[in-house]
Amino acid sequence: MANAVSAVNAAGARSGAARRTPVEWLQLLGLPILGLLLVLMPLVLSEFRLNLLAKYLCFAFPAIGIVLIWGYGGILSLGQGIFFGLGSYMMAMFLKLESTTSDSSAQALSEFFGSSLPDFMVWNSVDALPWWWEPFHYFWFTLPAIIILPAFIAFVLAYLNFRKRVGGVYFSIITLAFSAMMAIVIVGQQGVTGGINGITDFKTFFGISFEAEGVRTGLYFVGVALLLIALVVGRFIVGSRLGKILVAIRDREDRVRFSGYDPAMFKGFIFAVAAVLSSIGGALFTLQVGLASPSLVGIVPSIEMVIYAAVGGRLSLIGAVYGAILVGASKTYFSENFVEYWLYFIGGLFMLVVIFLPEGLASLLDRLKRSKSARAGAPK
Amino acid sequence: MSAVILSVEDLTVSFDGFKAVDGLNFEVEEEELRVVIGPNGAGKTTLLDMICGKTKPSGGSIRFKNRQLTRMIEYQITRAGVGRKFQNPSVYEDLTVLENLDISYPKKRNVFGSLFFRRIPEIVEKIESVARQIYLDEQLGTKAGLLSHGQKQWLEIGMLLMQDPELMLLDEPVAGMSAREREQTAELLKRIAKGRSMVVIEHDMAFVKMIAQKVTVLHQGRMLAEGTMEQVQNDERVIDVYLGH
Repeated sequence: MANAVSAVNAAGARSGAARRTPVEWLQLLGLPILGLLLVLMPLVLSEFRLNLLAKYLCFAFPAIGIVLIWGYGGILSLGQGIFFGLGSYMMAMFLKLESTTSDSSAQALSEFFGSSLPDFMVWNSVDALPWWWEPFHYFWFTLPAIIILPAFIAFVLAYLNFRKRVGGVYFSIITLAFSAMMAIVIVGQQGVTGGINGITDFKTFFGISFEAEGVRTGLYFVGVALLLIALVVGRFIVGSRLGKILVAIRDREDRVRFSGYDPAMFKGFIFAVAAVLSSIGGALFTLQVGLASPSLVGIVPSIEMVIYAAVGGRLSLIGAVYGAILVGASKTYFSENFVEYWLYFIGGLFMLVVIFLPEGLASLLDRLKRSKSARAGAPK
Repeated sequence: MSAVILSVEDLTVSFDGFKAVDGLNFEVEEEELRVVIGPNGAGKTTLLDMICGKTKPSGGSIRFKNRQLTRMIEYQITRAGVGRKFQNPSVYEDLTVLENLDISYPKKRNVFGSLFFRRIPEIVEKIESVARQIYLDEQLGTKAGLLSHGQKQWLEIGMLLMQDPELMLLDEPVAGMSAREREQTAELLKRIAKGRSMVVIEHDMAFVKMIAQKVTVLHQGRMLAEGTMEQVQNDERVIDVYLGH
């Protein structure tokens, strides 16, 4: 029996546990290295650049989710912007209500118009706060809602489709339609959603001004901490038996049913996890950038999130973070320097990656390892 | 006489008007190893598809231990104790042999159970013992996609063994195997048939002779003959439509 255990354990461990090459160390220590890099950034970057980095990191959350659902679960969602938007707007509603009750200029405004509503509602002659805005006066409601609501919506949407065995490209199109719908509804219901302008002009967070010294940097560190937690959770899921079942579903969904599993449940679950990640990213974005906007909800941002994951590597959780930073930074660079052509550059970058690095940036390390061992003449 | 575990009555399915299985009656007893033979298009695979839920019958009944399988969906039928091996080896190619066997273990098959699943020694032992039975104990860490065709067939049988079903449905388990592998497989099937019922579809008559107790011959979706290998081989009608060629 002792023998049996060791055989299985040996098979579970990495093969040939001899000496690790530098590339292998890099792969093994990916998470601590990323953490260290991100923690050191405030020392290197100006405040302006640090804020930009913080913004890119918000998009790493949905990208990690896309690695989970697309890379491991085989579900290509073109609607992660829906959940990013949900998180972003819920946080924005909380901040807006806080600003409206506490800020002095908002109070002046409300005295003048005789209304204590958020400014954009006043401009749109809305008389009363809609009932679904009310609970967002409270942070104890807002925070759980940012997690539970997207999870619930995502699970129901996914489970109903997958149970009816609607999958593949049809599901992608459904998510695409939903993200378009959500953007249209937000723009159309200007009085209660802020419309095309979004919700902005937040003053304080728990009474602390966003302009106060160190607040932005503090928020950056909160984002980094949450990101690292998300990566650890992602790794746990991928490494668990559930992660293996997801891969099995991705490759042979029909066979998995005959192993006694209900694939719809598993796909629904992982889709909900990705939605929660996306929502957290959205909430952080609102805090960090001070804005919730329909331009982060619709089809274009949803597809951009897929590009982040594809550039980083479909099967690499950490790759998704680098993908989000790289694409985000090149977006900024190109839009600063080539105002009219930057979208072409982004498209070109995406095509280059798809053609020359189909497994994304993460596969660069694997290639390096292979070419090194080939040069060393190693048998494997 | 032991008890009947699977009872198929008046089973019919038609695809666009073509009756692949037509009013079939068929019974399997506990601990019986049944071989189903018949020419191409006789409805053998379709029969197994209907038992395990892959295909919905247009009429008739399939009772397994007094449960009506026609009203259940695939994973419920699997959980009720029916295991299926497909004609082309269907293993999870991106997972290792170990992982293939692991996720076939019939416990914690819900979302959170599998998320927090831990490979306790009891399971490790079971995996190890199954791996030895299917001649793959040296390949536990190998990706299933890298196995030879014959080894994939064995792995799928191993996955069934992990599931430990009361009724095993095997569709051409020796297809694409070498003579030596066929012998090993015959031995394996005889060994694992103990304590459970089995329905095997096979074309290779030499292999059928090695394992069969009772043989059912299907032809055009109906039962043509049933009996021991000897009876069936000497049946005029069987020789006519199948064995004679």
